[in-house]
Amino acid sequence: MNLHEYQSKQLFARYGIPVPTGHVASTPEEAADAARRLGGGVWVVKAQVHAGGRGKAGGVKVVKTVADVSTAAAAMLGQRLVTKQTGAEGLPIHQVYVETGSKIERELYLSLLLNRDTGRIAFVASAAGGMDIEQVAAKTPEKIIRVEIHPAAGLMGSHCRALAYGLGLKGAQVAQFEAIARGLYKLYLECDASLVEVNPLIVTGDGDVVALDAKINIEDNALFRQKDLVAWRDPSQEDEMERVAAEADLNYVSLDGDIACIVNGAGLAMATMDLIKLHGGAPANFLDVGGGATRERVTTAFKLILQNPKVKAILVNIFGGIVRCDMIAEGVIGAARDLGLHLPVVVRIEGTNAPLGRKMLQESGLELIAAADLTDAAKKVVAAARK
Amino acid sequence: MSILINKNTRVICQGFTGKQGTFHSQGCLEYGTKLVGGVTPGRGGEKHLGLPVFDTVRDAVAKTEADATMIYVPAAFAADAIIEAADAGIATIVCITEGIPVNDMVKVKAALKDSKSRLVGPNCPGVITSDECKIGIMPGFIHKKGKVGIVSRSGTLTYEAVFQTTNNGLGQSTCVGIGGDPVRGMNFIDVLELFEQDPQTEGILMVGEIGGSDEEAAAEYIRRHVSKPVVAYIAGVTAPPGKRMGHAGAVISGGKGTAADKFAALEAARVTTVRSPAELGAAIARRLAKKAASKAKPQAAAKPRAKPTAKAKPKTRATIKAKAKATAQRKKTARAKAQPTRAMRRR
Repeated sequence: MNLHEYQSKQLFARYGIPVPTGHVASTPEEAADAARRLGGGVWVVKAQVHAGGRGKAGGVKVVKTVADVSTAAAAMLGQRLVTKQTGAEGLPIHQVYVETGSKIERELYLSLLLNRDTGRIAFVASAAGGMDIEQVAAKTPEKIIRVEIHPAAGLMGSHCRALAYGLGLKGAQVAQFEAIARGLYKLYLECDASLVEVNPLIVTGDGDVVALDAKINIEDNALFRQKDLVAWRDPSQEDEMERVAAEADLNYVSLDGDIACIVNGAGLAMATMDLIKLHGGAPANFLDVGGGATRERVTTAFKLILQNPKVKAILVNIFGGIVRCDMIAEGVIGAARDLGLHLPVVVRIEGTNAPLGRKMLQESGLELIAAADLTDAAKKVVAAARK
Repeated sequence: MSILINKNTRVICQGFTGKQGTFHSQGCLEYGTKLVGGVTPGRGGEKHLGLPVFDTVRDAVAKTEADATMIYVPAAFAADAIIEAADAGIATIVCITEGIPVNDMVKVKAALKDSKSRLVGPNCPGVITSDECKIGIMPGFIHKKGKVGIVSRSGTLTYEAVFQTTNNGLGQSTCVGIGGDPVRGMNFIDVLELFEQDPQTEGILMVGEIGGSDEEAAAEYIRRHVSKPVVAYIAGVTAPPGKRMGHAGAVISGGKGTAADKFAALEAARVTTVRSPAELGAAIARRLAKKAASKAKPQAAAKPRAKPTAKAKPKTRATIKAKAKATAQRKKTARAKAQPTRAMRRR
């Protein structure tokens, strides 16, 4: 689950990490009011969307009058922001964050995330802040500083010093940085984050270290124990179909193609997409109905994929382990009848009770296309979509 | 032989009296697994499925001499269950539970480094040695005793590989589902190492997926240490970056962990790769047939990767004997080296 910048900054403040003062606003009037409350002469108006790359996409404006704050907010609110991370449709801007402008002396990069190779949480830092860190890592890997933290020992002073001196910080900044790093690490653990990113972390004109931006992802597996953060969820920033699917306990990801698939198991679901591509088609989605697929879940899955107007054919690919194929067949037949299915459906079922399931499909009187194996299924569904 | 578990393995179930634990314990009993009891705190002294229930894993081990456990405890308590099993000295811990918070697994992984236990999973179908012992949720009836070792990050894709190798008559030695989470117990390398040493395993099927770089690490390991034929498939060629594809670990992030990178790494290590999971069975059959054919010819080199020289003469009995002895010695030292596997994994 992603948090908005303004939410992330609230958390930062709670963990003693210095951030510029700011207020969130949903209307131009609120934005102007926020600017008046903040005072000063320079404000930054920032579109609140769950994506990076806002600056280049026009989602961050630096303004010098309250009237301009209002104008900038009006130009953003209600619009969709398209950044290189959002896809062509962009994300809706329902809120802006109005912040006191900061004098930037240096821009640094700092993040905390899991290193999968070692199974440890690691700080990643770079003096090349404000830039796309992936590009920095690819082009100039020597500019990246990494520090791995053992879960038993936790974050040590030496870790913080390695990062601070590596970033070229001096004097009082080193202690300021250590406080920030400790706050971030504590936040990461206590909030069950999977990513905490500060890009940029700045050195101000006064020489202070401040988090100018904040990005936090909360790990989905841990949401059950992060009830307060779950309340911050913003469904408007999520793919509508993926959200509906998640509520029905289905793993769904939207794709661009025209062949929908319903599969049990994440690996097989990915493999099914790959097979469709391999045989010249394009998958419309990833959909894993899970190991405990029931008749109802199959019906829900059909309902979901039929909402996508691009879909021209459907492939049902089930390898029944715990799931019984006769029950899947029942689900497919039920869904086809209930939903008045008009699209070609290719069914490949294997595993527990597969012969019975096939017999049921055959005798259903529905125009279902039976497939003998994986390859046959992919070929048939690609052919059906082309018709 | 096989790896990790066999017909003598004594298994307990943690989360024994729960719905999942009960259902799958029954399945394992039907398969012939030597299930000797289970653990549910607060239910110690009761009987469940005709077997004793214990309050703690330590009690269970003391009374049943269990050396393996399968865990169905809910995600919120699963890390605790894994550590409890390790503390009780269980050799093989198989955690089926899906959805364990990653930060919990970071702690578990660090803690297990100092124990003698091996963890399989979490978020996995389990481990099965065909016709001997099933610890997990896989459909037992598709398995058949044989010569292919299977290691996979995905459940249903493992079943595809099993089904194909059963149908083409090769059968399986042991199948290990290492699970779809980003932080897990045994990894490809740990399982490959065991398969390489296992005499029953003649060929290896490896099923990976997008996310992380464990397949790349496995490729490097295979290049250096694995002499047996390996066939690999990677799922997720069409997966978009930044999206979690069902498994917590199946996500391409920062341009890393793509299927293309993994295929390339494996191919560079001379692993046979297939672009369709439907070809796994046929591909390993071909590799094994080729190996058998080259073994049958006396002039062929014993090591598949040694360059065949034009000068190769039919071997005399003495040289063959000497070679066999050398091979046996090598195997012995390899095994001796591999015994403290912990040390290997600590790298």
